[in-house]
Amino acid sequence: MPVTTYLDAIKDGIWEEMEKDDRVFVLGEDVGIYGGAFKVTKGMLDRFGPMRVIDTPISESAIVGAAIGAALVGMRPVAEMQFIDFISCCFDQIVNFAAKCRYRWGAGVPIVVRGPCGGGVHGGPFHSQNPESYFFNVPGLKIVCPSTAYDAKGLIKAAIRDPDPVLYFEHKFLYRRIKEDLPTDDFVVPIGKAALRREGDDLSIITYGAMVYKALEAAEELSKTGLDVEVLDLRSILPLDEEAILATAKKTSKVIVLHEATMTGGPGGEVVARIAEKAFEYLDGPIVRIAPPDTPVPYSPTLEEAFLPQTRDIVAAARKLAAY
Amino acid sequence: MVERQAVPVRKSRFAHVPDDGAKLKMLHFMKLVREIEDRIERKLYRQGRIVGGVYVGRGQEAISVGTAIHMEKDDVVAPSHRDMGVFLMRGITPRRIIAQYMGRRAGLTRGRDGNMHMGDMDYNVIAFVSHLGDNVPVAAGAALAFTQRGEKRVALCYNGEGATSRGDWHEGLNLASVHKLPVVYFINNNAYAYSTPMELQMAIPDVAIRASSYGIPGEIVDGNDIVAVYDAAKRAIDRARSGLGPSLVEFKTFRMTGHSAHDDAGYVPPALFEEWQRKDPILRFEKALVDEGVLTPARIEEMQKECAAMIDDAVDWAEQQPFPAPEEVTRDVYYEGK
Amino acid sequence: MSEYTVSAPASLTLDRTGYLELYYFMVLNRKLEERLGILYRQNKVVGGLYSSLGQEACSVGSAYALERGDFLAPMIRNLGAMLVRGVKPVDVMAQYCARAIGPTGGKDLNLHFGWIDRGIISPISMLAALVPVMAGIALEMKMKGKQNMAITYVGDGATSTTDFHEGMNFAAVQKVPLVVVVENNLWAYSTHVSRQANVVDLVVRAEGYGCYGEIVDGNNVLAVLDATRRARARCVAGGGPVMIEAKTFRRKGHAEHDDAGYVPQEQRAEWEKKDPIDAYRRLLLARGLVTGEPEITEIDAKITAILEDAANVALAAPFPDPSTLMENVYG
Repeated sequence: MPVTTYLDAIKDGIWEEMEKDDRVFVLGEDVGIYGGAFKVTKGMLDRFGPMRVIDTPISESAIVGAAIGAALVGMRPVAEMQFIDFISCCFDQIVNFAAKCRYRWGAGVPIVVRGPCGGGVHGGPFHSQNPESYFFNVPGLKIVCPSTAYDAKGLIKAAIRDPDPVLYFEHKFLYRRIKEDLPTDDFVVPIGKAALRREGDDLSIITYGAMVYKALEAAEELSKTGLDVEVLDLRSILPLDEEAILATAKKTSKVIVLHEATMTGGPGGEVVARIAEKAFEYLDGPIVRIAPPDTPVPYSPTLEEAFLPQTRDIVAAARKLAAY
Repeated sequence: MVERQAVPVRKSRFAHVPDDGAKLKMLHFMKLVREIEDRIERKLYRQGRIVGGVYVGRGQEAISVGTAIHMEKDDVVAPSHRDMGVFLMRGITPRRIIAQYMGRRAGLTRGRDGNMHMGDMDYNVIAFVSHLGDNVPVAAGAALAFTQRGEKRVALCYNGEGATSRGDWHEGLNLASVHKLPVVYFINNNAYAYSTPMELQMAIPDVAIRASSYGIPGEIVDGNDIVAVYDAAKRAIDRARSGLGPSLVEFKTFRMTGHSAHDDAGYVPPALFEEWQRKDPILRFEKALVDEGVLTPARIEEMQKECAAMIDDAVDWAEQQPFPAPEEVTRDVYYEGK
Repeated sequence: MSEYTVSAPASLTLDRTGYLELYYFMVLNRKLEERLGILYRQNKVVGGLYSSLGQEACSVGSAYALERGDFLAPMIRNLGAMLVRGVKPVDVMAQYCARAIGPTGGKDLNLHFGWIDRGIISPISMLAALVPVMAGIALEMKMKGKQNMAITYVGDGATSTTDFHEGMNFAAVQKVPLVVVVENNLWAYSTHVSRQANVVDLVVRAEGYGCYGEIVDGNNVLAVLDATRRARARCVAGGGPVMIEAKTFRRKGHAEHDDAGYVPQEQRAEWEKKDPIDAYRRLLLARGLVTGEPEITEIDAKITAILEDAANVALAAPFPDPSTLMENVYG
């Protein structure tokens, strides 16, 4: 069982799919010769050739548009956004073309649009964003945010095999920091299913992406003072695993929703709404959201640190909620 | 309808000239396009029997017909909203098209989208979106798949001159040209994008000037002369199919209607309508075919009646079709297994 | 192989002060970036570091053509242009080191800053986004009858984008006084220009927009200055936007972390021989525009001292206080 980084798990997942299915190919900026800005596609050009690992001009609309066209005639493209922040440059192709083809005229668009999201790397406003909210309200799309190397591999495979367009947001902070022993066999993580990272009875933290690790750190600290925290990793933002969300809310009756996308309009609001609508009687306290404030992601370390939710923020909020 | 003296077709030497069979086929389809669109816009829409808006390509029939005639079964086409000829020539029936305009379940989109926002991959027709120019990279992508798989198929993409101002148009053409993809880009330059004339759309007189920006051939063609259209399209499609990459073919024509059925185009100088009416592509071609002895006026009358009967049938059939059931609204957002 | 020389185009008029200022700003550009490189290796720079090594003539020559009231929007390799416009080394260092005294108070990084009252518009990372923005600024100038221009820069890579196309088309149709300098440095990260576009000279696209375009030797600061001045005159007089394609070369990687192993060594060596500053220095000496080597050395020393001071100030400055996080989201 080789120890694999989160980044290599993504690479291996794409690679394995390309080996077994020659419809799968990769396109994006600097993905071929350079192996990708973060080296996610390293070695692929040599192995699969320039027809299946395509270095494109700086053209996010053409990258995604071409992916759509190739998918309509039977290919399985995996389009890379060098930084997921650049996905705004092809917003139109995603929401108006890819998302609506099946509904409108029965044509599936099995594309994957993936790229590194998230902050904590001094990237500043344009290299640190979490764009899931822009697409959350677009029926026809799927959105996944893996937090573990296992899920990174399982979800990229699921995304590639999915008959519908999947936005795959990998967190750059986790790229080389997360290392796991991964099984060698072919495994897939289903889209739309959350995963319990830690079981507990007193309080639930529902989260995803890099924030999972902050939640687990907080849970560890809280357990020393007798508070037993459950951590649910959503993994999929669209569709949400409503069953798992309601189950944990009903179990602990106290819920914190935590994410790295900014507060207003972040996916957390939808989670809160569903719990309030469908599990209200089970709650013993208000549902609490923890998310960065409504600002662009700032660059300087002191500002970015104040911006991102920290373990101590989660601990404090949990204690306060537990005492309610 | 007032008969105007048609401007005779210039006798040019083209590399590719249609034989009589192709000529008759093209005339039939141009007349069918005219008939179905006249029926939709001048009758059904005004009578409230159409759901939503209506966009027609009156006066531009030669463009979709003279290009689509060259399509092989496996070629893929991404038309725009004034390319009715593409649908009909691909074998999509008038019945399904009228049902589409009437929002019925039997329409191409089962009532999910309206008017020309339709497609069917069984016929290799990609449905366009209202965001003009979006189909340009998509067509390039289909062409990319053909090269990846070593297939001798081409992709055809249609847009008006207005769409060429959009960034997606640029990115798609650039990508196609860098990778020498087997795609042809047709421009229906009908002089107006809604109320915006060419001078306000771009600072050049011809879209074809942009071909050199991508290192590809560009050509300007009389879009109201179907033989000229036929010739230019064949050359561009052959070029793409032989691996030489994309071309930009600009058809000069004129939008003989408003932007849509509700637009009276009061901003267009009436003299322009009169000038272009004399260059009506159907009248011109009919006159040429009569002069050549390929057709008689009587036969033309017959053809007209045949087209009218086909559309009568399509309208009758479509109006009997049910609307989609309300429960269907949430179906097929995602793959449901088929 | 003959030495690369630069000369002044016949249409250029420039006094001795001007000649020396061009030298000063190019050397300041280069030495500031060298200093930033040192700070980067000392882990004092936060985030990525972008260099314009070899492209100083493009930035300095073009920006020197600006007059009061003109607007400039730099990109990531146009530090020289910002310096010409009055940005100080301490501003740049403080920004790169994420300090509170930096022009964005630590909110954004590298050259992502601007100053409306100095006529500098801040870039964003999305390439060519500035083209439509500067077309808008130029539109206002035309509307108000101002005798001013807006200028921005794109690399070869940025010419592939939606914003480049829509911005250029709009500027051309509206005939606004916009100058776009296309710095064709042959590489967009690891993508060679031949894979970026199917043309050798990007300036051919000016024809596609219906505007005037011209190619200039991007390593000849006098040629760049001259071309920009003529472009300015043309567009201010109502001749519509101008595209200047400056042929040059990116001598370092995409950013400091990129060793650019994908660039053929011969190509790098060829362009090192065309160093814009070395060639310009030779011209100054040959034409007696400087009294001799000592005057050059004096300028260099003055710059070194300025940079030393700037570094000291920047490194002594505090990081921004977290309480400033929420400032300026809205007005």
